[in-house]
Amino acid sequence: MRFFLTILFFTSFLAVSAQEKFLTKTGDIVFFSETIVEDIKAENNKVLSIIDTSNGDMGISMLMNQFEFPKKLMQEHFNENYIESEKYPKSTFKGTITDFLKIPENVATKTQVKGTMTIHGVSREVVIPSTITKKEGEIVMDGKFIIKLEDYKIKIPKIVIKNIAEEIEVTYKLNHLPYN
Amino acid sequence: MKKILLLTFLLTITYNLQSQDLLDILDEETEGTTTTVSATFKGTRIANGHSVENRKAKELEFIIGHRFGALNSGTFNLFGLDNANIRFSLEYGITDDLMIGIGRSSLNKLYDSFLKYKLLKQKTGKNAFPFSVSVFGSVVARDYPENDKRAFAETLSYTSQLLIARKFSPSVSLQITPTYIHKNTVELLADPHDYVALGFGGRVKLSKRVALNAEYFYNFDELTAYEPKNPIAFGVDIETGGHVFQLIISNARAMIEPSFITETAGDFLKGDIHFGFNISRTF
Repeated sequence: MRFFLTILFFTSFLAVSAQEKFLTKTGDIVFFSETIVEDIKAENNKVLSIIDTSNGDMGISMLMNQFEFPKKLMQEHFNENYIESEKYPKSTFKGTITDFLKIPENVATKTQVKGTMTIHGVSREVVIPSTITKKEGEIVMDGKFIIKLEDYKIKIPKIVIKNIAEEIEVTYKLNHLPYN
Repeated sequence: MKKILLLTFLLTITYNLQSQDLLDILDEETEGTTTTVSATFKGTRIANGHSVENRKAKELEFIIGHRFGALNSGTFNLFGLDNANIRFSLEYGITDDLMIGIGRSSLNKLYDSFLKYKLLKQKTGKNAFPFSVSVFGSVVARDYPENDKRAFAETLSYTSQLLIARKFSPSVSLQITPTYIHKNTVELLADPHDYVALGFGGRVKLSKRVALNAEYFYNFDELTAYEPKNPIAFGVDIETGGHVFQLIISNARAMIEPSFITETAGDFLKGDIHFGFNISRTF
Protein backbone atom coordinates (compact mmCIF):
# COMPACT_ATOMS: atom_id res chain seq x y z
CA MET A 1 0.00 0.00 0.00
CA ARG A 2 2.74 2.36 0.95
CA PHE A 3 4.40 1.45 -2.33
CA PHE A 4 1.45 2.69 -4.36
CA LEU A 5 1.30 5.81 -2.30
CA THR A 6 4.93 6.41 -3.16
CA ILE A 7 4.20 6.07 -6.86
CA LEU A 8 1.24 8.40 -6.50
CA PHE A 9 3.44 10.86 -4.70
CA PHE A 10 6.03 10.91 -7.48
CA THR A 11 3.48 11.06 -10.28
CA SER A 12 1.83 14.03 -8.68
CA PHE A 13 5.26 15.57 -8.19
CA LEU A 14 5.92 15.22 -11.92
CA ALA A 15 2.57 16.69 -12.76
CA VAL A 16 3.18 19.69 -10.53
CA SER A 17 6.69 20.26 -11.80
CA ALA A 18 5.42 20.31 -15.38
CA GLN A 19 3.55 23.50 -14.53
CA GLU A 20 6.54 25.09 -12.92
CA LYS A 21 8.58 25.62 -16.03
CA PHE A 22 9.48 28.97 -17.47
CA LEU A 23 10.48 29.26 -21.12
CA THR A 24 11.66 31.74 -23.72
CA LYS A 25 12.01 31.32 -27.46
CA THR A 26 13.44 34.76 -28.02
CA GLY A 27 16.45 34.72 -25.78
CA ASP A 28 19.28 36.96 -26.85
CA ILE A 29 22.92 35.90 -27.17
CA VAL A 30 25.60 38.21 -28.53
CA PHE A 31 29.17 37.29 -29.11
CA PHE A 32 31.96 39.70 -29.57
CA SER A 33 35.43 39.13 -30.95
CA GLU A 34 37.84 41.99 -30.45
CA THR A 35 41.22 42.32 -32.15
CA ILE A 36 43.36 45.26 -33.22
CA VAL A 37 42.39 44.66 -36.85
CA GLU A 38 38.68 44.07 -36.58
CA ASP A 39 35.80 43.84 -34.10
CA ILE A 40 33.23 41.23 -34.97
CA LYS A 41 29.83 41.08 -33.33
CA ALA A 42 27.04 38.60 -33.97
CA GLU A 43 23.61 38.24 -32.43
CA ASN A 44 21.08 35.45 -32.11
CA ASN A 45 17.73 36.51 -30.72
CA LYS A 46 15.98 33.20 -31.23
CA VAL A 47 17.60 31.35 -28.35
CA LEU A 48 15.44 28.83 -26.50
CA SER A 49 15.84 28.51 -22.77
CA ILE A 50 13.85 26.76 -20.07
CA ILE A 51 13.99 26.76 -16.26
CA ASP A 52 12.41 24.21 -13.98
CA THR A 53 11.53 26.35 -10.98
CA SER A 54 11.03 23.35 -8.72
CA ASN A 55 14.76 22.65 -8.60
CA GLY A 56 16.60 25.28 -10.65
CA ASP A 57 17.48 22.94 -13.51
CA MET A 58 17.76 24.66 -16.86
CA GLY A 59 18.36 23.97 -20.54
CA ILE A 60 19.41 26.28 -23.39
CA SER A 61 19.35 25.47 -27.08
CA MET A 62 20.09 27.56 -30.16
CA LEU A 63 20.56 27.11 -33.88
CA MET A 64 24.00 28.36 -34.82
CA ASN A 65 22.93 29.51 -38.29
CA GLN A 66 20.64 32.07 -36.67
CA PHE A 67 23.52 34.27 -35.60
CA GLU A 68 23.28 37.49 -37.57
CA PHE A 69 26.49 39.23 -38.61
CA PRO A 70 26.84 42.76 -39.98
CA LYS A 71 28.60 41.29 -43.03
CA LYS A 72 26.94 38.37 -44.81
CA LEU A 73 30.30 37.03 -45.95
CA MET A 74 31.39 36.75 -42.31
CA GLN A 75 28.17 34.93 -41.53
CA GLU A 76 28.83 32.50 -44.37
CA HIS A 77 32.38 31.86 -43.16
CA PHE A 78 31.16 31.44 -39.58
CA ASN A 79 28.67 28.76 -40.64
CA GLU A 80 30.83 27.10 -43.29
CA ASN A 81 34.33 27.21 -41.89
CA TYR A 82 34.31 27.78 -38.16
CA ILE A 83 31.19 26.52 -36.44
CA GLU A 84 30.27 24.05 -39.26
CA SER A 85 26.58 24.53 -38.65
CA GLU A 86 25.47 21.93 -41.18
CA LYS A 87 27.38 19.30 -39.21
CA TYR A 88 26.67 20.74 -35.75
CA PRO A 89 23.47 22.77 -36.13
CA LYS A 90 22.81 23.33 -32.43
CA SER A 91 24.64 24.49 -29.37
CA THR A 92 23.14 23.47 -26.04
CA PHE A 93 23.58 23.95 -22.34
CA LYS A 94 22.17 21.78 -19.62
CA GLY A 95 22.76 22.52 -15.97
CA THR A 96 21.53 23.75 -12.65
CA ILE A 97 21.27 27.22 -11.19
CA THR A 98 23.07 27.33 -7.86
CA ASP A 99 20.73 28.06 -4.91
CA PHE A 100 17.85 28.85 -7.25
CA LEU A 101 15.19 28.27 -4.60
CA LYS A 102 16.84 30.75 -2.23
CA ILE A 103 16.73 33.63 -4.72
CA PRO A 104 14.29 36.23 -3.40
CA GLU A 105 11.59 37.80 -5.56
CA ASN A 106 12.21 41.16 -7.26
CA VAL A 107 15.87 41.30 -6.32
CA ALA A 108 18.57 40.95 -8.96
CA THR A 109 20.69 38.20 -7.43
CA LYS A 110 24.16 37.16 -8.48
CA THR A 111 24.65 33.43 -8.71
CA GLN A 112 26.09 30.92 -11.14
CA VAL A 113 24.94 28.11 -13.40
CA LYS A 114 26.86 24.84 -13.49
CA GLY A 115 26.46 22.35 -16.26
CA THR A 116 27.49 20.99 -19.63
CA MET A 117 27.92 23.27 -22.65
CA THR A 118 28.00 21.70 -26.10
CA ILE A 119 29.32 23.77 -29.01
CA HIS A 120 30.69 22.48 -32.34
CA GLY A 121 30.04 18.91 -31.12
CA VAL A 122 32.33 19.34 -28.10
CA SER A 123 30.87 19.08 -24.58
CA ARG A 124 32.52 20.73 -21.61
CA GLU A 125 31.68 21.23 -17.96
CA VAL A 126 31.36 24.95 -17.27
CA VAL A 127 30.38 27.40 -14.57
CA ILE A 128 28.72 30.55 -15.89
CA PRO A 129 28.10 33.66 -13.77
CA SER A 130 24.55 34.86 -13.91
CA THR A 131 22.31 37.54 -12.49
CA ILE A 132 18.79 36.29 -11.92
CA THR A 133 15.71 38.37 -11.26
CA LYS A 134 12.50 36.60 -10.30
CA LYS A 135 9.43 38.72 -10.91
CA GLU A 136 5.74 38.08 -11.07
CA GLY A 137 5.35 35.73 -14.04
CA GLU A 138 8.86 36.33 -15.31
CA ILE A 139 12.42 35.11 -14.68
CA VAL A 140 15.21 37.18 -16.21
CA MET A 141 18.75 35.84 -16.48
CA ASP A 142 21.65 37.79 -17.80
CA GLY A 143 25.39 37.72 -17.72
CA LYS A 144 28.65 37.56 -19.58
CA PHE A 145 31.34 34.94 -19.95
CA ILE A 146 34.33 34.03 -22.10
CA ILE A 147 34.63 31.13 -24.51
CA LYS A 148 38.02 29.92 -25.70
CA LEU A 149 37.74 28.76 -29.30
CA GLU A 150 40.33 26.02 -28.93
CA ASP A 151 38.33 24.46 -26.07
CA TYR A 152 35.64 23.66 -28.61
CA LYS A 153 38.03 22.65 -31.40
CA ILE A 154 37.17 25.69 -33.52
CA LYS A 155 40.23 26.37 -35.65
CA ILE A 156 41.19 29.75 -37.02
CA PRO A 157 43.54 29.67 -40.02
CA LYS A 158 46.79 31.60 -39.71
CA ILE A 159 45.87 34.05 -42.42
CA VAL A 160 42.94 35.50 -40.44
CA ILE A 161 44.40 34.96 -36.97
CA LYS A 162 44.77 38.71 -36.56
CA ASN A 163 41.10 39.25 -37.42
CA ILE A 164 39.50 36.79 -35.04
CA ALA A 165 40.08 36.71 -31.27
CA GLU A 166 40.96 33.41 -29.62
CA GLU A 167 38.69 34.29 -26.73
CA ILE A 168 35.14 35.33 -27.48
CA GLU A 169 33.02 37.36 -25.10
CA VAL A 170 29.47 36.06 -24.85
CA THR A 171 26.66 38.20 -23.45
CA TYR A 172 23.24 36.73 -22.82
CA LYS A 173 19.82 37.88 -21.74
CA LEU A 174 17.06 35.34 -21.31
CA ASN A 175 13.61 36.56 -20.38
CA HIS A 176 11.58 33.49 -19.36
CA LEU A 177 7.79 33.45 -19.15
CA PRO A 178 5.52 30.74 -17.67
CA TYR A 179 5.29 27.68 -19.88
CA ASN A 180 2.50 25.15 -20.00
CA MET B 1 14.53 -3.69 1.99
CA LYS B 2 12.91 -4.46 -1.33
CA LYS B 3 10.74 -1.43 -1.02
CA ILE B 4 13.69 0.82 -0.38
CA LEU B 5 15.44 -0.56 -3.44
CA LEU B 6 12.38 0.03 -5.55
CA LEU B 7 12.02 3.52 -4.21
CA THR B 8 15.62 4.33 -5.05
CA PHE B 9 15.07 2.88 -8.48
CA LEU B 10 11.97 4.97 -9.00
CA LEU B 11 13.71 8.05 -7.72
CA THR B 12 16.53 7.58 -10.23
CA ILE B 13 14.07 7.12 -13.07
CA THR B 14 12.10 10.17 -12.04
CA TYR B 15 15.26 12.18 -11.76
CA ASN B 16 16.50 11.11 -15.19
CA LEU B 17 13.14 11.75 -16.78
CA GLN B 18 13.15 15.22 -15.39
CA SER B 19 16.66 16.16 -16.35
CA GLN B 20 16.16 14.93 -19.90
CA ASP B 21 12.87 16.71 -20.15
CA LEU B 22 14.22 20.22 -20.42
CA LEU B 23 16.28 19.86 -23.62
CA ASP B 24 13.58 17.62 -25.12
CA ILE B 25 11.00 20.34 -24.57
CA LEU B 26 13.34 22.82 -26.28
CA ASP B 27 13.77 20.38 -29.19
CA GLU B 28 10.02 20.21 -29.66
CA GLU B 29 9.79 23.98 -29.56
CA THR B 30 12.62 24.41 -32.10
CA GLU B 31 10.95 22.34 -34.77
CA GLY B 32 9.24 24.20 -37.56
CA THR B 33 12.11 26.44 -38.61
CA THR B 34 13.21 26.72 -42.23
CA THR B 35 16.86 27.20 -43.10
CA THR B 36 18.09 28.63 -46.38
CA VAL B 37 21.04 26.66 -47.70
CA SER B 38 24.07 28.90 -48.12
CA ALA B 39 27.44 28.63 -49.85
CA THR B 40 26.45 26.17 -52.58
CA PHE B 41 29.63 27.36 -54.29
CA LYS B 42 32.47 29.42 -52.84
CA GLY B 43 32.54 32.05 -55.52
CA THR B 44 30.20 33.73 -57.98
CA ARG B 45 31.86 31.62 -60.73
CA ILE B 46 32.21 27.87 -60.93
CA ALA B 47 35.19 28.23 -63.27
CA ASN B 48 34.47 30.42 -66.31
CA GLY B 49 30.71 30.49 -65.95
CA HIS B 50 28.51 31.89 -63.23
CA SER B 51 27.38 29.93 -60.18
CA VAL B 52 24.14 30.50 -58.23
CA GLU B 53 26.10 32.49 -55.68
CA ASN B 54 25.69 36.25 -55.43
CA ARG B 55 27.55 39.00 -53.72
CA LYS B 56 25.40 39.97 -50.77
CA ALA B 57 23.86 43.40 -50.21
CA LYS B 58 26.38 46.28 -50.34
CA GLU B 59 29.34 44.00 -50.94
CA LEU B 60 31.68 45.13 -53.68
CA GLU B 61 33.97 42.60 -55.28
CA PHE B 62 36.93 43.35 -57.49
CA ILE B 63 37.98 40.45 -59.69
CA ILE B 64 41.13 40.12 -61.73
CA GLY B 65 40.97 37.20 -64.15
CA HIS B 66 43.86 35.91 -66.22
CA ARG B 67 43.95 33.22 -68.90
CA PHE B 68 47.34 32.49 -70.37
CA GLY B 69 48.11 31.08 -73.80
CA ALA B 70 47.97 27.38 -74.58
CA LEU B 71 50.27 25.06 -72.64
CA ASN B 72 51.22 23.33 -75.92
CA SER B 73 52.43 26.56 -77.53
CA GLY B 74 56.00 25.55 -76.68
CA THR B 75 59.02 27.04 -74.94
CA PHE B 76 59.14 30.05 -77.29
CA ASN B 77 55.94 31.29 -75.62
CA LEU B 78 56.93 29.81 -72.25
CA PHE B 79 54.00 27.37 -72.44
CA GLY B 80 51.57 30.18 -72.99
CA LEU B 81 52.63 32.46 -70.15
CA ASP B 82 53.67 35.15 -72.66
CA ASN B 83 50.13 35.79 -73.78
CA ALA B 84 47.37 36.53 -71.37
CA ASN B 85 43.77 37.50 -71.72
CA ILE B 86 42.96 39.75 -68.79
CA ARG B 87 39.56 40.68 -67.43
CA PHE B 88 39.00 43.23 -64.71
CA SER B 89 35.61 43.55 -63.19
CA LEU B 90 33.68 45.25 -60.45
CA GLU B 91 30.72 43.37 -59.12
CA TYR B 92 28.23 44.60 -56.54
CA GLY B 93 25.32 43.27 -54.51
CA ILE B 94 22.37 45.66 -54.67
CA THR B 95 20.37 43.38 -52.38
CA ASP B 96 21.16 39.91 -51.04
CA ASP B 97 19.40 38.50 -54.12
CA LEU B 98 20.32 40.92 -56.90
CA MET B 99 23.82 41.63 -58.13
CA ILE B 100 25.28 43.54 -61.04
CA GLY B 101 28.72 43.69 -62.58
CA ILE B 102 30.79 45.33 -65.26
CA GLY B 103 34.00 44.06 -66.77
CA ARG B 104 36.46 44.45 -69.55
CA SER B 105 38.38 41.67 -71.30
CA SER B 106 41.54 42.34 -73.27
CA LEU B 107 40.85 39.52 -75.75
CA ASN B 108 38.70 41.01 -78.55
CA LYS B 109 38.33 44.23 -76.46
CA LEU B 110 35.07 43.26 -74.85
CA TYR B 111 33.07 45.29 -72.36
CA ASP B 112 30.54 43.25 -70.45
CA SER B 113 27.76 44.03 -68.03
CA PHE B 114 25.54 41.58 -66.25
CA LEU B 115 22.75 41.14 -63.78
CA LYS B 116 22.02 38.06 -61.67
CA TYR B 117 18.96 37.48 -59.54
CA LYS B 118 18.22 34.71 -57.05
CA LEU B 119 14.76 33.54 -57.99
CA LEU B 120 14.41 30.50 -55.71
CA LYS B 121 16.55 29.25 -52.85
CA GLN B 122 17.26 25.76 -51.65
CA LYS B 123 15.82 25.31 -48.17
CA THR B 124 15.77 22.68 -45.47
CA GLY B 125 13.40 22.24 -42.55
CA LYS B 126 9.70 22.97 -42.45
CA ASN B 127 9.28 24.63 -45.85
CA ALA B 128 11.99 22.65 -47.61
CA PHE B 129 12.83 23.30 -51.27
CA PRO B 130 15.22 21.01 -53.14
CA PHE B 131 17.28 23.39 -55.29
CA SER B 132 18.23 27.00 -56.04
CA VAL B 133 17.40 28.86 -59.22
CA SER B 134 18.98 32.11 -60.37
CA VAL B 135 18.53 34.04 -63.59
CA PHE B 136 21.48 35.63 -65.34
CA GLY B 137 21.50 38.15 -68.16
CA SER B 138 24.40 39.93 -69.79
CA VAL B 139 25.12 42.36 -72.58
CA VAL B 140 28.56 42.42 -74.14
CA ALA B 141 29.88 45.17 -76.42
CA ARG B 142 32.94 44.70 -78.59
CA ASP B 143 35.24 47.62 -79.26
CA TYR B 144 36.64 47.88 -82.79
CA PRO B 145 39.67 49.86 -83.97
CA GLU B 146 39.23 53.35 -85.51
CA ASN B 147 39.52 52.10 -89.10
CA ASP B 148 36.82 49.47 -88.55
CA LYS B 149 34.17 51.27 -86.47
CA ARG B 150 30.71 49.68 -86.29
CA ALA B 151 27.35 50.95 -85.21
CA PHE B 152 27.01 50.33 -81.47
CA ALA B 153 24.10 47.89 -81.91
CA GLU B 154 26.22 45.76 -84.23
CA THR B 155 28.83 45.24 -81.53
CA LEU B 156 26.43 43.70 -79.04
CA SER B 157 25.73 40.14 -77.95
CA TYR B 158 23.33 38.92 -75.28
CA THR B 159 23.34 35.99 -72.89
CA SER B 160 20.46 34.59 -70.85
CA GLN B 161 20.99 31.75 -68.40
CA LEU B 162 19.00 29.83 -65.88
CA LEU B 163 21.27 28.61 -63.10
CA ILE B 164 19.82 25.59 -61.32
CA ALA B 165 21.89 24.19 -58.46
CA ARG B 166 21.63 21.90 -55.51
CA LYS B 167 23.94 21.48 -52.56
CA PHE B 168 23.76 17.74 -51.98
CA SER B 169 25.97 17.77 -48.90
CA PRO B 170 28.28 20.29 -47.23
CA SER B 171 30.96 19.28 -49.72
CA VAL B 172 29.15 18.34 -52.94
CA SER B 173 27.15 20.76 -55.14
CA LEU B 174 25.98 20.43 -58.74
CA GLN B 175 24.56 22.93 -61.21
CA ILE B 176 22.97 22.77 -64.63
CA THR B 177 22.87 25.87 -66.74
CA PRO B 178 20.55 26.17 -69.74
CA THR B 179 21.97 28.98 -71.86
CA TYR B 180 20.74 31.12 -74.76
CA ILE B 181 23.10 33.47 -76.56
CA HIS B 182 22.26 35.97 -79.29
CA LYS B 183 24.89 37.77 -81.35
CA ASN B 184 23.95 40.81 -83.38
CA THR B 185 26.99 40.38 -85.60
CA VAL B 186 28.65 37.16 -86.77
CA GLU B 187 31.78 36.70 -88.85
CA LEU B 188 30.30 34.64 -91.67
CA LEU B 189 26.88 34.76 -93.31
CA ALA B 190 26.37 31.06 -92.55
CA ASP B 191 27.01 31.51 -88.83
CA PRO B 192 23.91 31.40 -86.64
CA HIS B 193 22.89 34.45 -84.62
CA ASP B 194 21.30 32.32 -81.91
CA TYR B 195 23.02 29.70 -79.82
CA VAL B 196 21.61 27.25 -77.30
CA ALA B 197 23.90 25.48 -74.86
CA LEU B 198 23.61 23.44 -71.72
CA GLY B 199 26.16 23.81 -68.96
CA PHE B 200 27.08 21.34 -66.22
CA GLY B 201 29.09 22.32 -63.18
CA GLY B 202 30.03 20.88 -59.84
CA ARG B 203 32.26 21.21 -56.88
CA VAL B 204 33.70 18.95 -54.24
CA LYS B 205 35.20 20.46 -51.11
CA LEU B 206 38.60 19.01 -50.31
CA SER B 207 38.85 20.83 -47.00
CA LYS B 208 37.04 23.71 -45.32
CA ARG B 209 38.78 26.28 -47.48
CA VAL B 210 39.73 24.38 -50.63
CA ALA B 211 37.29 23.13 -53.26
CA LEU B 212 37.69 21.40 -56.59
CA ASN B 213 35.38 22.59 -59.39
CA ALA B 214 34.58 21.26 -62.83
CA GLU B 215 32.50 22.80 -65.62
CA TYR B 216 31.40 21.83 -69.13
CA PHE B 217 29.10 23.43 -71.69
CA TYR B 218 27.50 21.45 -74.49
CA ASN B 219 26.72 23.53 -77.60
CA PHE B 220 23.67 22.74 -79.72
CA ASP B 221 24.52 25.41 -82.32
CA GLU B 222 27.97 25.90 -83.79
CA LEU B 223 29.91 28.49 -85.69
CA THR B 224 30.95 27.58 -89.22
CA ALA B 225 34.01 29.86 -89.42
CA TYR B 226 36.04 27.19 -87.60
CA GLU B 227 35.24 24.09 -85.65
CA PRO B 228 34.56 25.25 -82.12
CA LYS B 229 34.93 22.90 -79.16
CA ASN B 230 32.76 22.61 -76.09
CA PRO B 231 34.47 24.42 -73.22
CA ILE B 232 35.69 22.36 -70.32
CA ALA B 233 37.33 23.71 -67.19
CA PHE B 234 38.71 22.49 -63.91
CA GLY B 235 39.41 24.78 -61.02
CA VAL B 236 40.63 24.89 -57.47
CA ASP B 237 39.08 27.46 -55.11
CA ILE B 238 41.18 28.61 -52.19
CA GLU B 239 39.45 30.86 -49.72
CA THR B 240 41.21 33.09 -47.23
CA GLY B 241 38.99 35.57 -45.42
CA GLY B 242 37.78 38.18 -47.90
CA HIS B 243 39.74 36.70 -50.82
CA VAL B 244 38.96 33.77 -53.07
CA PHE B 245 41.73 32.52 -55.34
CA GLN B 246 40.64 30.35 -58.23
CA LEU B 247 43.23 28.44 -60.21
CA ILE B 248 41.82 27.21 -63.49
CA ILE B 249 42.78 25.07 -66.44
CA SER B 250 40.51 25.24 -69.47
CA ASN B 251 40.51 24.92 -73.23
CA ALA B 252 38.76 28.30 -73.26
CA ARG B 253 40.70 31.54 -73.15
CA ALA B 254 37.77 33.86 -72.74
CA MET B 255 36.01 34.55 -69.47
CA ILE B 256 32.62 35.81 -70.57
CA GLU B 257 29.72 33.74 -71.79
CA PRO B 258 29.30 34.54 -75.52
CA SER B 259 33.04 34.05 -76.04
CA PHE B 260 33.97 31.02 -73.99
CA ILE B 261 30.78 29.06 -74.65
CA THR B 262 30.54 29.47 -78.43
CA GLU B 263 34.04 30.52 -79.51
CA THR B 264 36.40 28.07 -77.84
CA ALA B 265 38.84 26.80 -80.44
CA GLY B 266 41.20 24.74 -78.27
CA ASP B 267 40.99 20.98 -77.96
CA PHE B 268 41.50 20.09 -74.30
CA LEU B 269 42.62 16.54 -75.05
CA LYS B 270 45.25 17.72 -77.57
CA GLY B 271 46.87 20.01 -75.02
CA ASP B 272 45.20 23.31 -75.93
CA ILE B 273 44.98 24.01 -72.24
CA HIS B 274 45.09 27.50 -70.81
CA PHE B 275 46.20 28.03 -67.27
CA GLY B 276 44.43 30.87 -65.52
CA PHE B 277 43.36 32.37 -62.25
CA ASN B 278 40.74 34.61 -60.77
CA ILE B 279 41.58 36.67 -57.72
CA SER B 280 38.72 38.36 -55.99
CA ARG B 281 38.65 40.73 -53.10
CA THR B 282 35.42 41.57 -51.37
CA PHE B 283 35.05 44.93 -49.67
